[in-house]
Amino acid sequence: MKVLKRLPDRKGHYGIYGGRYIAETLMPAVLELEEAYRRYRRDRAFHRELNYYLKEYVGRPTPLYFAERLTSRLGGARIYLKREDLCHTGAHKINNTIGQALLAKRMGKTRIIAETGAGQHGVATATVAAMFGFRCEIYMGVEDIERQKPNVFRMKLLGAKVNPVSSGSKTLKDAMNEALRDWVTNVRDTFYIIGSVAGPHPYPMMVRDFQSVIGKETKAQIRAAEGRLPDLLVACVGGGSNAMGLFHPFLRDDVEMVGVEAGGRGIETGEHAASITAGRVGVLHGSKSYLLQDDHGQVLHTHSISAGLDYPGVGPEHSYLKDIGRVRYVTATDEEALEAFKALSMWEGIIPALESAHAVAYAMKVAPSMDRDSIIVVNLSGRGDKDIETVARVMGVEL
Amino acid sequence: MTRIEKRFATLKEKGEKALITFITAGDPDMGSTERLIYALEEAGADMIELGIPFSDPMADGPTIQASSERALKGGVTIEDVLALVKRVRKRSEIPIILFGYYNPIFAYGVERFSADAREAGVDGLLVVDLPPEEADELKKHTDREGLDLIFLLTPTSDERRMRLVARKARGFIYYVSVTGVTGTRDRLPEDVRLYVERARRFTDLPIGVGFGVSGPEQARTLSQWADGIIVGSAIVKIIERWGRSERLLEEVKAFVRSLKEAMESRVYEA
Repeated sequence: MKVLKRLPDRKGHYGIYGGRYIAETLMPAVLELEEAYRRYRRDRAFHRELNYYLKEYVGRPTPLYFAERLTSRLGGARIYLKREDLCHTGAHKINNTIGQALLAKRMGKTRIIAETGAGQHGVATATVAAMFGFRCEIYMGVEDIERQKPNVFRMKLLGAKVNPVSSGSKTLKDAMNEALRDWVTNVRDTFYIIGSVAGPHPYPMMVRDFQSVIGKETKAQIRAAEGRLPDLLVACVGGGSNAMGLFHPFLRDDVEMVGVEAGGRGIETGEHAASITAGRVGVLHGSKSYLLQDDHGQVLHTHSISAGLDYPGVGPEHSYLKDIGRVRYVTATDEEALEAFKALSMWEGIIPALESAHAVAYAMKVAPSMDRDSIIVVNLSGRGDKDIETVARVMGVEL
Repeated sequence: MTRIEKRFATLKEKGEKALITFITAGDPDMGSTERLIYALEEAGADMIELGIPFSDPMADGPTIQASSERALKGGVTIEDVLALVKRVRKRSEIPIILFGYYNPIFAYGVERFSADAREAGVDGLLVVDLPPEEADELKKHTDREGLDLIFLLTPTSDERRMRLVARKARGFIYYVSVTGVTGTRDRLPEDVRLYVERARRFTDLPIGVGFGVSGPEQARTLSQWADGIIVGSAIVKIIERWGRSERLLEEVKAFVRSLKEAMESRVYEA
């Protein structure tokens, strides 16, 4: 297997990807953040505090659950679910927001902003802001506000101000534009908590590091349960933070990895959010990566049933892993995700987030053709309570 | 010497400051943009900053965002923008700076873009989301073609960044007067003067000040310290209001004249 370099390089590049494509006003802030992060990532007291909150507040470690009924129904590989849906706030996002909030505190920032798509990152940010006593504002596209109402109310309950964004496609990318505009304006006292392995360096590295707890735990847990590493890891990829968190600790191991992008109504319809599968290299939101764009470099509107995957870009490290062939990227359609959503609910008593249902859909597709002693780990990145309105609407059920 | 350098030098001899006016290419349409360029020049603009519309203008406030959206609805591409500059060059020698975001240029191809821009008669280029750290690839080609690649300094830039920007910049240095996005402000920070003076310790290039300039009063104040004043949103607002109306050119000209007059009537502080 190809030996992987330690990435990113000093300037935040993963091969040709990554970097810092941002306005000059933000450069000093990003450099300051990088310096602070490099210092604290080696700081024992910082990690002690981080681990304390991950354990006592988030509820880590999360279980690695053997999905026995799903496995026997499919009749192939043994399927394990990494239960990030059991984290406090219902998704993996809080692993990262706790980390960044602790950094913000040490850097003396008093105000926190974030973008959110499905609302999971927004809720996770509002939660840590409440716990640590930061002022907090969340940017969210009006289309996402409409389809994720419970999360909007949750953020408000947690004391955050939710700013609706009605520019562009009114979804995650536009929320990120607006958060960047806020940051550029209030850069002196404001810490921008980016929720994915996207944005300018050091965000992709930092978010990956904070999310790597998922993969590290998985490694120990699967060894304890099966006495060996899994054959296949599966995770959904929007920006790609839950996938990066699961994959990263396994990159040097002999383990196959698949990232599942949002196939929407089908790649051929153009209505999807599969940046790696159908995009070209471009620059958006601070980094170079695969990007859904037209021939003139204008960013395309995307579609996915899941708001958290409805984003035209992807983290730069994923683009790199795709190019070197270390991770395979595939798609699952809205319909396949819905089927998986229902299957996991019926067969395992677990209602997954629509995002995570994309990963489950792929596992369901490949498990039957794999040996019965092979092992798949699926990252169940979030719970599906936030999605029941969307699913009910598609099923034609009135709530 | 590029047209930009020449213009700054000529103005300096006369003791005048440069008025640099921004409009988005294709707002409300390409024909209007061409007429607007001549009108701006006639009214006293010394240079034209021409915005290449982008779907995700992160550094822009609502006025230029909306302008960019209008242009994109009309289907404006880089090819169209370069064709426009080519047409303008048949009639005018006014320095033209393209202002935009990196992705459309990257998609066009940085080498091809630099060559085509030079051939069309473009003089300078400012890519707002391309800091000096990431600019080497583009700069290699703009330098070869003799295009001025302009960089920004901001109120958050420390001396290390001033030095870095001064080393890489060509044409002039664009000082962003406020921490924030483009758009008119009622008041500008009082420390602009200090910043401009500090930046001069690192560069001999002219320094233009922009972001937030809303009218003659501010243009007059800033022109005491800067070598050039960049006005964008205030002009784009007039374009938004008058659109394709016959009065558009007259309204824009009247405003630009008022800026130029204010700058010429500036009082030097002791």
